[in-house]
Amino acid sequence: MHPVLKIVIQRLFLGLLTLLVVSIVIFIAVNSLPGDFAQAILGQSATPEAVAAIRKDLGLDQPAITRYFTWLGDMVTGNLGISFAQANFASFVGTSAESGSGPVTVLQQIAPRFQNTMFLAGVTAVIAVPLSLLLGILAALFRNSVFDKVANVGALSAVSSPEFFLAYVLILFLAVLNPVLPSLSNIYSDMGFGERLLRTLLPALTLTLMVTAQMMRMTRAAIINLLASPYIEMARLKGLSPMRVIVKHALPNALAPIINVIALNLAYLITGVVVVEVVFVYPGIGQLFVDSVKIRDIPVVQACCLIFAGAYILLNLMADVLSIISNPRLRHPK
Amino acid sequence: MSGLMWIVAALVVIAALSWVFRFAGQAVTGNRPYFRDMSYGVAFGFVLGAAILIWVVYTFIKARFILDETAAAPYFFFIFAVEGLIVAGIAAWLFRAAGRLVGTGGTRKLFRSMPLTASFGILVIIIYAILSIFAQVIAPYGQEEVFAAANTLPGTDPMHPLGTDNIGRDLLSRLIYGAQNTVGIAFVTTCLAFLLGGSLGFLAATLGGWLDQLVSRAVDVLMAIPSLIFALLLMTIASAWAGNQGWLLTVYMIVIIAVIDSTRVFRLARAVGINIVVMDYIEAAKLRGEGLGYLIFREILPNAYAPLLAEFGLRFCFVFLTIASLSFLGVGIQPPLADWGTMVRDLAQFINFAAFSPLTAALPLMAAGAIALLTVSVNFVVDWMLQKSSGLKE
Repeated sequence: MHPVLKIVIQRLFLGLLTLLVVSIVIFIAVNSLPGDFAQAILGQSATPEAVAAIRKDLGLDQPAITRYFTWLGDMVTGNLGISFAQANFASFVGTSAESGSGPVTVLQQIAPRFQNTMFLAGVTAVIAVPLSLLLGILAALFRNSVFDKVANVGALSAVSSPEFFLAYVLILFLAVLNPVLPSLSNIYSDMGFGERLLRTLLPALTLTLMVTAQMMRMTRAAIINLLASPYIEMARLKGLSPMRVIVKHALPNALAPIINVIALNLAYLITGVVVVEVVFVYPGIGQLFVDSVKIRDIPVVQACCLIFAGAYILLNLMADVLSIISNPRLRHPK
Repeated sequence: MSGLMWIVAALVVIAALSWVFRFAGQAVTGNRPYFRDMSYGVAFGFVLGAAILIWVVYTFIKARFILDETAAAPYFFFIFAVEGLIVAGIAAWLFRAAGRLVGTGGTRKLFRSMPLTASFGILVIIIYAILSIFAQVIAPYGQEEVFAAANTLPGTDPMHPLGTDNIGRDLLSRLIYGAQNTVGIAFVTTCLAFLLGGSLGFLAATLGGWLDQLVSRAVDVLMAIPSLIFALLLMTIASAWAGNQGWLLTVYMIVIIAVIDSTRVFRLARAVGINIVVMDYIEAAKLRGEGLGYLIFREILPNAYAPLLAEFGLRFCFVFLTIASLSFLGVGIQPPLADWGTMVRDLAQFINFAAFSPLTAALPLMAAGAIALLTVSVNFVVDWMLQKSSGLKE
């Protein structure tokens, strides 16, 4: 078997194992809640009989290990349960006979929002990755110039500000003082692509500001690290233009750390998306998560948590694998 | 779309001007190598930079001195940003100049090689420290003091220069107390994270074996969950445990964030510690029969000082931002404690008044900006420290 394939399979296996352990951590955390689900659904004034019935119904009388595996099985098959808020509502109006399929499941709640979040992350990546590569190459080309210093200070400031500060500054200048973009991103499923893109632009710009800095600095550092090598010297002595030296000769060898940092920053988007979605009232999974945290809607919280953790692990894994693949020494072993 | 047209037109003019600029440079300097070898992109960059600078100066002078007050209202934030940048630059320069003249030989030497960004950062950190320690003396009123006049707008009541919030608390006082609460809590959390992560990391590095394996694998798992998400999950559970006691929830939050962030500290402390443990002087100390405590505190810690200090600055920023984000989302520091994250959330809707009452719209930005200013400053200082200790010249 090819050694790279072997390493990749190894990493995939490790990632799956991590996800499994993470699911155990989430399960333990959720089960350390005072009282239990039955009490939480029925409220304080429930009779002991009703609590016992619901406990039996939800399988809460089983030992923890059995419950964990049942829960894990449900998660893997996409049965994420029913949110407390929805369950209460459904029991309020009787069984939701008109829809015919029972109360809205967590999966039905999450699926459209997950798509929206992916759309936002995608738009951000499409803007941020080329922009940061371009800025990084320019900063490396004109290193120690005014442009480099301004870009460096700007990047450092952007990356260390809280997301909501950048978001409100952008709202102030691009939505309130100069109304070019909408400040609220209310998105519907039957919206055209252009309209949807326009309303996603402001949150995407905020996230771009957050992630560009690190990618840009990494690109610059990776290229500058290589500039002292003999083969770059050779290219310079041949009389190539500085831009050509960097793009054709330095960049391909600097790709491994750059790809790595890009994947890590996309993983960072997963966390950053939560605050930004709340600021712009963007109907994504982050907003659902925060709302559920506030009302302690456990099934939604744990499902969102697992999805975020899964995406995070996947992107970290991708960073790992891509940096292995982009390393020619590993690709062509002796 | 006329705005877009203007931008395109401006770019075309700049493109033409940059060609003229290069040609003029070549003609005037008698084809000096600098202009002779200048690529078109560089010329374009120069002209673009000059155009932006001219536009900023022109708009600033127009808004600041020529327009009357109502017409200049939309430019309030622009003027503030430009003046703030100038004042910050001058203050940082003066502070650095003062640092070069006063103090011991060591600190003077430090200030001599300091970039302006770093001296600005140190200045801001000192101001925040003073504000947070003496908040009780500086703030005009208490943070929970409620006045009869609720919802006064900033600038209307001389008693409350920044106005009052929806239940009548003085916003200026709450902003100042925010320095004490938000920064103080973040500082305590970071210290706790360092105590936990640092001691475990050094222990793992010194002892090795099963302890190292156990803690390292546990840390791997905790780091696989994005920290803000994990914090939110644990806060859900903590809020169920704390019930209605706000202070208890704040204590839980400190512990939760300290544990989550201690994993990152552990990684660094262990990595640094392992490099030190293999040194000869550690071997010598072990042969002398020194105990574990001596090894960690007298031999490893002094040698791990520089990277740990830089990490402390960065970690403080992360903790501070996490706490601010949690408070902004409504699950962090609980009222009645004044806190910047909560203030941003409560005052956010005022931003829509920017066109006619800039000072009101500035309220949420003041709280958010207070957070940003501190984290940016700490980052400036840490960046300078890292650059200095790594000996990088570029």
